[in-house]
Formats: sequence, structure tokens, C-alpha cells
Amino acid sequence: MQQRLARGEAAALGELYDRFASLVHMLAHRVLDDDTAADQVTREVFGYIWENPDAYDPRQGSLRSWVAKLTNSQAVHRLRQSEAAALARGDGSSEEVEQKVRRAAVAARADYIVTSMPAPLRAALELAYHQRRDYRETARDLGVSEDEARRRLRLGLQLLSTAHTRPLEGSAPPGYAGYGRPL
Amino acid sequence: MSATPGGGTETPSHDVLRSLLGAWALSACSAEETDAVEAHLGECAPCADEALRLRDAVALLHTERDLDLDPLLRFRVLENCLGRRPARIPVPEWASPYDAETARLDALLRDIGEAEWNRPVQLRWFEGGEPVHRATTVAGVIGHLLTVDGLVAGALGLDDPLGRDAPHAPTERTEKFWLAESRPVASEVHAPWRNQSHTLIRTVSFAGHGVADLSVSYSDFSLSLQDSLLDRAFECWMHADDIAEAVNYPYDPPRGSHLHRMVDLAARLLPAALAGRRRSGLAGPARHLVAAGSPGRSLHLEIEGAGGGDWYIPLDSPAALGSADHAVAQVALDRVEFCHLVAGHVSPEEAAAGQDGDRDAIRDVLFAAASLSRM
Repeated sequence: MQQRLARGEAAALGELYDRFASLVHMLAHRVLDDDTAADQVTREVFGYIWENPDAYDPRQGSLRSWVAKLTNSQAVHRLRQSEAAALARGDGSSEEVEQKVRRAAVAARADYIVTSMPAPLRAALELAYHQRRDYRETARDLGVSEDEARRRLRLGLQLLSTAHTRPLEGSAPPGYAGYGRPL
Repeated sequence: MSATPGGGTETPSHDVLRSLLGAWALSACSAEETDAVEAHLGECAPCADEALRLRDAVALLHTERDLDLDPLLRFRVLENCLGRRPARIPVPEWASPYDAETARLDALLRDIGEAEWNRPVQLRWFEGGEPVHRATTVAGVIGHLLTVDGLVAGALGLDDPLGRDAPHAPTERTEKFWLAESRPVASEVHAPWRNQSHTLIRTVSFAGHGVADLSVSYSDFSLSLQDSLLDRAFECWMHADDIAEAVNYPYDPPRGSHLHRMVDLAARLLPAALAGRRRSGLAGPARHLVAAGSPGRSLHLEIEGAGGGDWYIPLDSPAALGSADHAVAQVALDRVEFCHLVAGHVSPEEAAAGQDGDRDAIRDVLFAAASLSRM
């Protein structure tokens, strides 16, 4: 994919969009809570990748995690900008801004973790959380033992809880399209 | 159910209680288990720590937002990219309706659940002037698109999904595929269909204009590659519409500029379809034959809405030129209504068309439009 983008293949750009647009838009929306702003971030992220196909280093992790990280940076950057503007108008305090930015970044990381966790764990969480099934029903629905259902729910939440502590998987070295920096 | 996983009524072991922490955080265990876990948390610091972390993690889960992206966003994002750095290998203009329509259908397919792939879908079209239909499923429709798109793949020298020596007639191809995969599931059709459409777009991008006029055979007729891909874009939209109806999703028509080209293709195919029906005695006789390339008696086809326009269909011979000066009748149709007529989804008698002028000419053209439909 990276080579095809570097070669300037428009068809590869279309495929890149088809693979990642819903992830990018979802993460941007999670941070910014606004459709138009999420559209704009989507445009910026794909524009950046298309103009800088060599910026991705496969040794740092998957293309998917890199795209997610770019999105998070860009969305957080935008959120900071709009919050700074609100601050200049006298709305809120800088501590509140920091807290809001941090909460949004954690929420987006959590979404990313959910989309990238192993499918069996995601399916178990989906049943127990979204469909309000208890773990015995979850086990039956998934065709696994009750032990296994408990294990999956616990493991899924353990993974999710790393959103509070760890940056996105495969994150780039500090200063490189880092936290909340513009693309 | 009140049994604890430890069995019996005695207090479950530490290991069992720890294994329940995820289910407890999600409020997904029994009342007895909840009580046992909560009593344990007062005594066991590591478990209490973990319980707190997992409860916080539950707060990060949230009801999934509807992920329908505006299909226009794809166009705008790609346009912005290509404005910033022009493509060295562009997607040919004539392939862009196929690119856009396959992407729209793919987005719909990625949004639907596994069970919805088995929803029944009625394929409808016209054959010999009669409406026919065929029952299949959402997955069956994608199998149909996969096999007919495969004709274009074959014409480009790519692998035919039905293998070598596969038939060329779209219906025969589809029946052959359905026979082999009596109840295809999502995984057997979704990725193969999407990979093939991506490969087609990529291949025509590299081949460029050289392949635009390559002939693609459908057994009893053939189309140039560029018209063939346009026809595939049209079919993709129409079947996406069938699927959307089956799973209760909204689905918009294509962009105006793309829809215009689809209508134009149908308008270009109409004179030959009319002549075919005339040869079979299904349409009235030719009235005024003119020299090839000269303007002849015509029907003014007016398509309303974004992508619409005016077309003049020569009535007596495909070799004649359509002409406003020689128009003997006029038909006005909404753009989507016309496309449904061409796809055989509405009958020529029922198509909501404003009509004026020679009634035989109008009837013949509307029936010829329906005869363009196939499975």
C-alpha cells in the first residue's frame, strides 16, 4: 500500500480511504463531538498521508495504528485550538481545557482499542454491555463455557483500561506528529 | 439461576471471584455472585484495585454511534488529496462511477450485521415483456455482482471468479455460482467482490485509455469496456438499492454527474433495443427510414432531477440521428423512476411518465427501456 501511494496511484488512495475512513471519522468524532469537524479532520489526515506516504515507518507498528495515531493527534490539536479560542473569550479555565483534552484523547484511545481487540473479546463485550446479557447468556450465545465467557469479559475490560495509561499501540517517537501537534 | 461457579452455596475461591471481576464490572452476573464479589473486595486489595480499573473501563464503552459516513465525504476527501498532490496514475474519468458506487455499497455492507446477510431479496427484471423475479439473499446478490463483474475482469485478462471456460451470459453465470454456493455466506462473497472491484479499478488505472474501447461480451450483446463499467456501476447501485430495502437502510441515488452518464448509456442503447423488439414483432413498424447518420423521427426523452437532461431517441433506425426538430413525442420522467424502469423494477405501463405526442412511439420506447433490464 505504502509503495502504491508513493507511486501516486489514485486507486490506492481510494482503497486507503475505504479501509480507514470509518475509523478516522469515528476517532475524530469521539474527540471533537462534531460531524463537520470530524469531516475536516478526515480530510486533513488523508491529505497528509497522500502527500507524505513515506512518513509511515512499518517498524513502528501497523498502518492502522499509525493512521489512528495521526487522527488522534490532529483531532486533539483541533480541540485545543477551539478550546483556546473559547478561553480567549473568557469561557472556562486552562485546567478545564486540559482536562477536557485529556478526557477526549482517552475516549478516542478507548474506541481504537475496542476496534482493534481480538474479535472474540469484542463480541463478548458487545453482548454483555450493549445487549445487556449476563455472562451465562453471553457464554450460550457465543457457544463457549461460562469460564471462558468470564475470562473474555475480564480480559476485554483489562485491555480497555489501558486507554487511561498507555498511548496508542505503535506510537511514534516523541515529537513526531506527536500529541496534539498539527500535521 | 443462583448457583455460583464455585458450585454449592459455600463462598467461592479467590480465583473464581477474580475471574468474575469483568462480569461484575459489567453488571453481568447473578445477585449472589455480585454479593460474593463485593464482600471479597473489602478483604482483597489487588482485586479491589482491579475492580476499580475495570469499572472505569466500562465507562469508556459507549453505545456505538451510527457509522454511516456521508458518501460525498469520500469524493471530497479524495478531491482534496488529489488537489494537494496530483495522481501520477489517476483513475480514468470513465471508471469513477464504478469506483464511487462500489465504495457506497461496500460501506453499506460493512454496516450491516451478520444475520442481515441472509435477509431475503427479490431480484426483479423484465424478460420478453413480462416481469420476472427471483428470490435470493443479500449474500446471493453480492454473489451475483461478483460473477457479473467477473466478465469485465475476464475481458481485462484478470482471473474470472468462475474459472476458465465460464459462460458469458450474466444470468447463466449467476445461476452457476448460486448452484455451487447454494447459500453463500458473507465471508464467501463480500471480500472477493470488494477485492475484485478494487483490482478492476486499479487495472484500468494502469491501462489507461488504451482499454476504454476493449469489447466486453455478455453472450448476446457486447459493450465497450468503458460502457461496461458504467453498466456495472448502474447495476451496483440498483442492487445496493435492493439490499438497502431488504435491511431497511436509506440509500441515495448516485451523484448527478454519474447518474447523467448512466441515463446517457441507457439512451444510447435504446435505439438498438427498439430495433430488436421490432424484429421480433414486439414494436410497431418503422415509419420513415432515412439515410444512416441523418436526423430521423425521434422521441424527446426528458429526465428530471440532478443528472437529468434531454435526449432524442431515433425511432425508426439505430443508424438515424436523434433530432429535436423531428421529435414526434415527448416523455418526461424523474431520474430515479427512469432508472427503475431501465432496471425492470417498474413496468412500462406503471412508470409515472408525463407523455405527449405519438402514443405508439411512447409505448415502444418505454417497453424498449424495460427490455434493457436483466437479472
